[in-house]
Amino acid sequence: MSAPLEQSAKLPGDAQPIAKPRARLSPQLRGKWLAALCLLPFALFFVVFQIAPLVWVAINSLNSAEGWGLANFAKVFGSKFYLQAIKHSLQIAFWSSLFGMAIAILGSYSLHQVDSKLRDFVMAFSNMTSNFAGVPLAFAFIILLGFNGALTLLLIKIGLIESFNLYSKNGLIVLYTYFQIPLGVLLLYPAFDALREDWRESAALLGANTWDFWRHIGLPVLTPALLGTFVILLANALGAYATVYYLTTGNFNVMPIRIAGLVSGDISLDPNLASALAMILVGLMAVITVAHQLLLKRSQHVSR
Amino acid sequence: MSLADRAPAALYHRVVVWLLFLILLTPLAGTLLYSLSTSWSASILPDGLTLKWYLELWSDQRFLDAFGQSLLVCFGALALSVLLILPLLFVVHYHFPKLDGLMNILILLPFAVPPVVSSVGLLQLYGSGPLAMTGTPWILIGCYFTIALPFMYRAITNNLQAINLPDLMDAAHLLGASTWKAAFLVVLPNLRKGLMVSLFLSFSFLFGEFVFANMLVGTRYETLQVYLNNMKNSSGHFNSALVISYFFFVLVFTWAANRLNKDKS
Repeated sequence: MSAPLEQSAKLPGDAQPIAKPRARLSPQLRGKWLAALCLLPFALFFVVFQIAPLVWVAINSLNSAEGWGLANFAKVFGSKFYLQAIKHSLQIAFWSSLFGMAIAILGSYSLHQVDSKLRDFVMAFSNMTSNFAGVPLAFAFIILLGFNGALTLLLIKIGLIESFNLYSKNGLIVLYTYFQIPLGVLLLYPAFDALREDWRESAALLGANTWDFWRHIGLPVLTPALLGTFVILLANALGAYATVYYLTTGNFNVMPIRIAGLVSGDISLDPNLASALAMILVGLMAVITVAHQLLLKRSQHVSR
Repeated sequence: MSLADRAPAALYHRVVVWLLFLILLTPLAGTLLYSLSTSWSASILPDGLTLKWYLELWSDQRFLDAFGQSLLVCFGALALSVLLILPLLFVVHYHFPKLDGLMNILILLPFAVPPVVSSVGLLQLYGSGPLAMTGTPWILIGCYFTIALPFMYRAITNNLQAINLPDLMDAAHLLGASTWKAAFLVVLPNLRKGLMVSLFLSFSFLFGEFVFANMLVGTRYETLQVYLNNMKNSSGHFNSALVISYFFFVLVFTWAANRLNKDKS
């Protein structure tokens, strides 16, 4: 039906209602070509700001003063300093994702069990705090948990802790955990929809206790969502830069800080080495994502 | 389950939800209190309350400049995103539905490649030469488009699927509308809500972007986040007022998005 009218698919400035066949192309094909033309501006911007920088990084990670090769990667893996950055990044990402997930799981499940007024309120608040990250968050944590922070002083007074160093690895894990929680809740809350209340009742009728229910029904149903969330949280923490940069003025040794230091620092400028580190960071994320896909396939296989 | 069983469980869930709320609230509440206090050091509670930090902040020219520049960059990026993404979505879903699969892979890139990695390439490619853009707001607008892309693409795709694009277009054609007319007068108004929600939410996270702003532009075109970073050595109360003012804006925008979302259902 739409075929004859498709002819008039042309620039809005054209006043004639029905187009003369200007080109020898069939009108339908011309419509397609025009449509494809509309994709060009998007493609241009996407290439300039997303693809080209990534390609530059990928190519130049193989380029060093000694010529083309794996020299940059050899330098990274041969240096205790850079290996420490990788180790710190992985440790902080892993633990903050784990703690963030644990809190998000408990929270999302309970959110499903309370009245809708409280639920909507806390969900909306959680979504808002997901934007409270980066520099402002680091600042807020300095006020609360810095050496003279109100919460630090309070906890010391109660006798729960003797001291707390926000600027250490453990301090960063606490801080990262905070910004993982809203994201975890956002991703996990819908997953609990899949867990129907009558399954729990049926399981209880058949003699299963709470533990049995979670072991045999709850966890297997949730596994794909849990894995997916964990992967996103890991990636989120691995790439985080603003928080740790503001907190330690770029002194704490994690990968994003090292990468940024190598391209914008005052001491050691080496964009090619930065590219190699950046490729390792992207590679780590790729490995995590692939592992996730494999685990997901396995868990689906088991449930079949 | 009997009622007696249920009561403690209900209490447990309420306590967990309130604890979650409390954890999320604490840093914000702490900053708010700090921004309102005359002085607060080495004690658990502040000495007195005042609004002078807000007055000082909102009469600081450098802050007002940074604020305006942040708004300009964000609005510019959102306008560019709409201009690029709407035609893309329409063409992909109406003419080349098969491209949607490819797009779903492409929009993962901004997620998978952290800004710090992109910055390495961006600094080298556009630091000099024909496309020299670093140090100008233009490069930020381009980069922010890539950040907003996955989000806007997904949100509007959901909306497009809900309105059943091919049927709507056929109906418009039948009634004599050209493809352009149908796209602008029939499809676009139907996408308004999804578009607005994704714009509000994109604004709230673009407004807080720091990595690109600091690495690619820095003080040459100071945005709010870079300003906050550069004010590190000034009074903590002043900075708290800055953080709270910033977050207030984010709050307004996310709240607006939430309201719109609710109206929809």
